[in-house]
Amino acid sequence: MNLFLTIVLDGLIEASWLFVVALGLTLVFGVLKILNIAHGSFYALGAYVAATVVTLSAAHHLPPVAGFVAMLLTVAFIAGAVGVLLERGVLKMFYGRDEVILLLVTYAVFLILEDVTKLIWGVNPIYATQPYELFGNVAFAGLYYVGYDLMLIPAAAAIGFAVWFGLNRTILGKIVLAVIHNEEISLSMGVRVNRVYAAAFGFGVLLAATAGALTAPKISMQPGLSSDVIILSFAIVVIGGLGSVEGAAVGAILVGLARATAVHLMPQAELFVIYLIMAAVLMIRPEGLFKRDTARRI
Amino acid sequence: MSAVLSAHRLNKRFGAVIAADDLSLDLAAGERVSLIGANGAGKTTFVNMATGYLEPDSGSIALDGADIGRRSPRQVARLGISRSFQIPQLFIDLTAIENLVVAIAGARSEALSPFAPAEAHGRRAQAIELLERFGLGQQADRPIAELAGGVRKLIDIAMALARRPKLLLLDEPTSGVSAEEKFATMDRVFQAVAGHAATIVFVEHDMEIVSRYADRVVAFYSGRIIADGEPQAVLRDPDVRRYVTGGLR
Amino acid sequence: MRQWRLHPLAMVVPVIAATLAGRLLPTWTLSLATVAASNALVALGIVVLARTGNVSFGQGLFFAAGGYGVALVANAWGVTDAAVQMLIGAACGGLLGLLIGPLIARYSGIFFGMLTLALSMVFYGALMKSSALGGSDGFNVGRPTLLGIVFVDPREADFMLYGVSVITTGLAGIAAATLFRSEFGLVSLAVRENNLRVEYLGLSANRIIAANFAIAAAFAGASGAFALMAQRHIDPQFAYWTTSGEFVFIAVLAGYQSVMAVYVASLALELVRSFSNLYLPNTWQLVLGLFLLAVILFLPRGIGSLWAGRVGRRVAAEPVADDGGAP
Repeated sequence: MNLFLTIVLDGLIEASWLFVVALGLTLVFGVLKILNIAHGSFYALGAYVAATVVTLSAAHHLPPVAGFVAMLLTVAFIAGAVGVLLERGVLKMFYGRDEVILLLVTYAVFLILEDVTKLIWGVNPIYATQPYELFGNVAFAGLYYVGYDLMLIPAAAAIGFAVWFGLNRTILGKIVLAVIHNEEISLSMGVRVNRVYAAAFGFGVLLAATAGALTAPKISMQPGLSSDVIILSFAIVVIGGLGSVEGAAVGAILVGLARATAVHLMPQAELFVIYLIMAAVLMIRPEGLFKRDTARRI
Repeated sequence: MSAVLSAHRLNKRFGAVIAADDLSLDLAAGERVSLIGANGAGKTTFVNMATGYLEPDSGSIALDGADIGRRSPRQVARLGISRSFQIPQLFIDLTAIENLVVAIAGARSEALSPFAPAEAHGRRAQAIELLERFGLGQQADRPIAELAGGVRKLIDIAMALARRPKLLLLDEPTSGVSAEEKFATMDRVFQAVAGHAATIVFVEHDMEIVSRYADRVVAFYSGRIIADGEPQAVLRDPDVRRYVTGGLR
Repeated sequence: MRQWRLHPLAMVVPVIAATLAGRLLPTWTLSLATVAASNALVALGIVVLARTGNVSFGQGLFFAAGGYGVALVANAWGVTDAAVQMLIGAACGGLLGLLIGPLIARYSGIFFGMLTLALSMVFYGALMKSSALGGSDGFNVGRPTLLGIVFVDPREADFMLYGVSVITTGLAGIAAATLFRSEFGLVSLAVRENNLRVEYLGLSANRIIAANFAIAAAFAGASGAFALMAQRHIDPQFAYWTTSGEFVFIAVLAGYQSVMAVYVASLALELVRSFSNLYLPNTWQLVLGLFLLAVILFLPRGIGSLWAGRVGRRVAAEPVADDGGAP
């Protein structure tokens, strides 16, 4: 029983931040039809910026809570700005080209950001653990968890719900959905598709960076972070279905649980089990578990 | 004469649309058959089932006795049915002659050669000969992308002939061809097949073409055959007038 | 895709010239050129496969399979001959490619790419956790020999490796060029353009793709052997997605029209990497990224047309039922 609970909780904690990252990736694909290889780089950027803010606030003897909040706000602001700038400044130049071309453009951005990160923060590991103690520790059923980790679960759920609500219950969301389903018709109905693109990309990047900021207190920031994260989030969105919010959630939970199960029961499989699932999904149901309902074009 | 193509009680639905409704049809060797019918009547579905692109929900279809209902387009082609398409299915970035060379490669039973140049071993001559049958020898080295729709149509048909098929299925061979060229096109096609004693089936909307080139006409409506016989008789049939050619007089 | 104007065998001359030129090159250039030749080999395989309309983002799988295969054989049976090792690498890669090819040939476009990526990452994950193979650290191998000769002088050893890799890659280039102008090569292009018509003409698109895939896998396996010989070390990084990404990068730069372009692109990549490491540490990826953007912007020829086909073969609009989808 304990093992089962451990696996479930470990899996959900892992799934939480993975979901936030994957959500950003899947939204960007849904709206702009771009598979953003640099998505992991923004996760890393968020983590690094968060680390800097936390370190700064600790140096100024601010309470950890302030550091935590400041970290989230700063990251959100910077990520959003960078995202919008990148989309308007760089990506826009390649619209209309084949989707694999855009993939290569984001790959180029990934390469560039790898070195930019190294140049700004160096190659040695960085830590920012102060916020990790914010929520204390929780002990129950013979298990012992850091409060911060458990906090990630409702935090991710809240973000997921907010995005779902925003997309499905607000007018702005409906406009975005319209662009997702049929950009051409949206354009002809007066939607400022350009703005939707910029906003969606900025928001996607913001989600990645926020996930990075949230996990920063638990991990060490070093080069290679982005390449690991992008391939994981990529697997998740493929499993869940490109462009699907529900898919990102289910995919993240599946991946998180698979990882946790492997770690506890078959450690050798920990790394490859996820990609095995991804390969299986691609072979059996390439559109993913949650195919986006598309109307048949005439 | 034994039937070359024998379809027996074919059924096919797409959701609520009945594309084939207990359809039976026998085609004899050497016949020149035209399939007519309004859009959505079931002609193309029949052609798709006869070429392995679609599988019938029930019923059977056989070529010279060999069942083809559950075979793939590749297997059906190898058994002897060749098809041309309403919208030409060509290799756009390749030249006309390269398109024909690919068709010729498919017609052979040996494995593809990875060594000798594509047009070696007389393949270029073969390809040119096929193009010449349609008066297109001059266009041999031009990429398809540069050629007009009517020419593409002819190349599409020429490719179907690389194989010397038992049964040649032409899907609207003169659509997209200018009015003056229609008869010339059909003349060329029939001449090209002349030596083969093949059966020719063509889907057509132009009733002049139908009456001139077909010795048998089969009219479709709602997945069923509503008339089958000599062109003059079928074209005067009241049901055919109502559902196909339009306007009861 | 245009008919190859120069006879493939004409490439023998530059290959011989390049090999001999190695005598005159300083050591750092020699190493650089060896890596460039080895990478070009993988990229060449990607180009061969790309002509069918499928881009593999997971060649690291075969690259690593070749490397690990050779490393295991070398350590277990003392096989050190460079040419033999190359052949073993090619065989490992090729056999794996023959196994996997038929399974994935029916997917196309993005799905094909993602599948190859996933498979390479499965291999990476398995390698990282396999203690028998050294896990994430990998393991070492000894120096390669040639025809029984042991090269004690590092300069000689480097030249031997350079020579073997340049000649192998050169031969592969000649083979590829021959393939491109052959009947098989033409039909491969046709598969990219319109696989439905290829089927209707009585040919099997899947088999053609699988054959090209096996060739690409063999090339990658041979290259893995070279990387092993150069580093005298193998680790799971060989199978990581960024390794595969670099090979695709070279193939993209080169386009798919010319075999020579693949060598030029590979050399360019290595030069950029070396020079930026020399003068501005931690910037070679930045420079490469900018370079890639510039190429995509200003040299679309050979890049865009590589993937001009449709996404998702089985998902493509049906050309045959064009009166509205219903019969």
